[in-house]
Amino acid sequence: MTKFLFLIVRNRLAAAGGIVLLLVVVLALVTPLLPLQPPNVTDTADRFLGPLAPGHLLGTDHLGRDLLSRLLWGTRLSLAVGFAAAVIAAVIGAAIGIVAGYFGGRTDNVIMRGVDMLMAFPYILLALAIVAALGPGLMNALIAVAAVNVPFFARNIRGITVGIANKEFVEAAKLAGMGHWRIIGLEILPNVLPVIVIAMSTTIGWMILETAGLSFLGLGSQPPVADLGSMLGEARSALITNPHTSVVPGVMILFIVMGINLLGDGVRDALDPRLRSGALTRPMAATTVRRESVPEAATGESLLAVRDLETRFHVGKRIFRAVNKVSLTVAPGECLGVIGESGSGKSVTALSVMGLVASPPGVITGGRADYRGADLVGMPYRKLRRLRGDRIAYIFQDPLATLHPLYRVGDQLAEAITVHHAVGRAEAQARAVELLNDVRIPNAESRARAYPHELSGGMRQRVGIAMALANAPDIIIADEPTTALDVTVQAQILALLEDLRRARGLAVVFITHDFGVVGQLCDRVSVMYAGRVVEEGPTDAVLAAPAHPYTRRLIACVPELGQGRRKLHSIPGLPPPVDNLPEGCAFAPRCDKAQDACRRGEIPLDPTGARAVRCLYPEEDLSVRGGTG
Amino acid sequence: MGGYIAKRLLSAIPVLMGITVIVFSIMALIPGDPATAILGSYATPENVAELNRDLGLDRPAPVRYFIWLGNMLQGDFGRSFSLNRPVIDEVLDRFSATLVLAGTSFVLCALLGILAGVVSAARQYGLADKAITFAVLLGISIPSFFLGMMMILFFAVRLQWLPVSGMYAIYGGGGLVDLLRHLAMPAIALSVVATGVIARLSRSAMLEVLRQDFIRTARAKGVGERRVIWRHALRAAMVSIIPVLGIQAGFVLSGAVYIEIVFQWPGVGRMLVDAILTRDILLVQGGVVFVAACYVMFNIAVDVAQSLLDPRIRT
Ligand code: SF4
Repeated sequence: MTKFLFLIVRNRLAAAGGIVLLLVVVLALVTPLLPLQPPNVTDTADRFLGPLAPGHLLGTDHLGRDLLSRLLWGTRLSLAVGFAAAVIAAVIGAAIGIVAGYFGGRTDNVIMRGVDMLMAFPYILLALAIVAALGPGLMNALIAVAAVNVPFFARNIRGITVGIANKEFVEAAKLAGMGHWRIIGLEILPNVLPVIVIAMSTTIGWMILETAGLSFLGLGSQPPVADLGSMLGEARSALITNPHTSVVPGVMILFIVMGINLLGDGVRDALDPRLRSGALTRPMAATTVRRESVPEAATGESLLAVRDLETRFHVGKRIFRAVNKVSLTVAPGECLGVIGESGSGKSVTALSVMGLVASPPGVITGGRADYRGADLVGMPYRKLRRLRGDRIAYIFQDPLATLHPLYRVGDQLAEAITVHHAVGRAEAQARAVELLNDVRIPNAESRARAYPHELSGGMRQRVGIAMALANAPDIIIADEPTTALDVTVQAQILALLEDLRRARGLAVVFITHDFGVVGQLCDRVSVMYAGRVVEEGPTDAVLAAPAHPYTRRLIACVPELGQGRRKLHSIPGLPPPVDNLPEGCAFAPRCDKAQDACRRGEIPLDPTGARAVRCLYPEEDLSVRGGTG
Repeated sequence: MGGYIAKRLLSAIPVLMGITVIVFSIMALIPGDPATAILGSYATPENVAELNRDLGLDRPAPVRYFIWLGNMLQGDFGRSFSLNRPVIDEVLDRFSATLVLAGTSFVLCALLGILAGVVSAARQYGLADKAITFAVLLGISIPSFFLGMMMILFFAVRLQWLPVSGMYAIYGGGGLVDLLRHLAMPAIALSVVATGVIARLSRSAMLEVLRQDFIRTARAKGVGERRVIWRHALRAAMVSIIPVLGIQAGFVLSGAVYIEIVFQWPGVGRMLVDAILTRDILLVQGGVVFVAACYVMFNIAVDVAQSLLDPRIRT
């Protein structure tokens, strides 16, 4: 509760709204005690005095009545009527909602049908019909406004009640033979009460505005008594000659409604944890780059060379070092496997290369990634965009979430081509069908017109692959492309990727958690743990003789190469949270060879020939084996 | 697609029936004797009894309801005693004026609201976003009738750009330009609140969508940022924006009542208020049923638009 209040106070606008509102309410409460002139006494000699006239701070209206006094009394009336309408609507609506939600079945059905019918009206029509039946008057306007808001409460409260009515404690009470009404009173009501209060506070502004509106139309409060709405309505005929009589009540309504809105927004933000964590921010077109220094470009003839890459996530005050000085290289036509558990930073590494890490919260804080000698990390967005999907393509993990749900797959494929090449619609469509053929989708012609939800998981992943192939790229980064699929489909997709790679001489970076897949596809492998590379080398050598204890465990998880889906649950313990890494070896808490030395100081990635390992007590002495495997 | 529309139209029948039942029940609450109200206090008891028989008021309520419903289905909404003309004629005349006003406002608030919301989301926390957020806050807080009055003071009285009120100039008016000049202020005043609400919702819908995986896919394909926002993201966000447009249309229609009073617009809202003040019950009843039925139909159109947009709900 105190945290909640704190959040509201910290939100300056909400606090301002709250203060304005509080002032208005206090003024309305003390109005009878203030030395004001009587609000309804007319004085035709003093008609339409301007503001600051002697004796009348805000002037007088068309009958010479003191505006300040009428304003305060009117505010008092408007607030009271709005509040009363909110209470009445809340009580009746909640009662209906609780009964419907608690008893369910036919009762619920009949009641909610009725509520839906009421909601089919534009609210004012219903209110006008009620006032027409009851006759104009403030009480009747109040009843009308309360009545049109009952369905809103009924529907909200019903939803909450249905949830509670199925909970164990209600079942228990029923079994204990408690009567329905006692259960509602003792078990249900206390639980829905907070919701009722919140719903009431969010609608009270509406109620004030609606009753003021009816009064403005002459259907609410009747002369000589005036609420803010009827003050405005009466002043309307003198709008042009004496605008101040309109402005005074109008501004007061504006203040009240704005105060309520500001406060309401603050309350909503404070209650909605998604907004609080700042999660509802949009990722930018490319990941933010904030590098303090840029390392030298790597030498050698690699197609893609990642060097000392660092990517962090800033969430609140915590900083997650998702990628911590990672270096990788891929030669033309080569397949590099990047393997690790979820949270090891392997996907973030891959996404960082093309600036696709969501930002905020992600920031690339160091390192570089050279593609044919150009640093992708430091590249301006316009140049980077032209490489994306054209020279370097992605295959994402979950094809249902990663394909646009509302566009036909053929159009999505065609778009991949047209954003990079000036080809006509028909040609792009024809290319799309060809691509679907290439990834062995039967009936490609008709499948191109399908929406993603109409395809099977395996088909969708084939579409994802086709999209990556669209512009014949040099490199494909495949981010766990088979994890969401079942075993047989997985094998088909892997075979397809392997064929395509060989046929086209593609370089592939294959992100996975499965050593079986790596063994099947990859020439070399880099093993990642807690944001760092802990071992790398040719696949055969690493598989035959893993040097890092973690690698050995990963391999041990694979029962037989190339078969079935495997999870890494068999390694005891969990990877450490990367915002709070232990000093020394990050794997130490889970390593059965860990010594005191492991927990002290930085352990370097120690290269020997084609292999390298980051461990003080490796399983294999690489220098003895010569690193050739 | 045709099947879906037919299904939605069929489902509207019980709703329309419900609307007539509700209106009829509310009107049955009326204290006193409608015949006396119509004839005034000079009527003799014989006159009253005769009128009651003419109006069918001496029969039980369910019978009266079905007679009323049957007549309405044949286009007979009864006769307005205060205007001495068929209710349906008056309602149709007035409703067309309201349609011009509310329709324009609705188009305005939908276009401006979505535009503002998208820009706001695309420039989240930027200057444009802050300016829009502030304008939206102001917009949703100002009562439309007060805003209308202030606009009259400023644009019609002070600057003399636009006519104070009415739908056409009394002398020499009547053309489209004349209509637009009269329409500008009321249409804008009416659209402000809804624009704010739609802008707000569009902003959060866009922020929600922009975090989705398929947006990242579009970027990975090399799609430019403008296209990502206006095509990929907006299309997906429309799925949650369209239902709100339907709801806001109801609010625009409701707000039209105030605006029609402020600007002396000869619409159905002003007609209803006048009818209530003169206790012309048949006119109120007919007007409310007619407008509510139109609103139900409009909402079906919204649902159909939604299904056109989202292939997943098309059945
Ligand atoms: S450095 Fe020590 S703790 Fe880390 S993996 Fe090697 S042996 Fe285990």
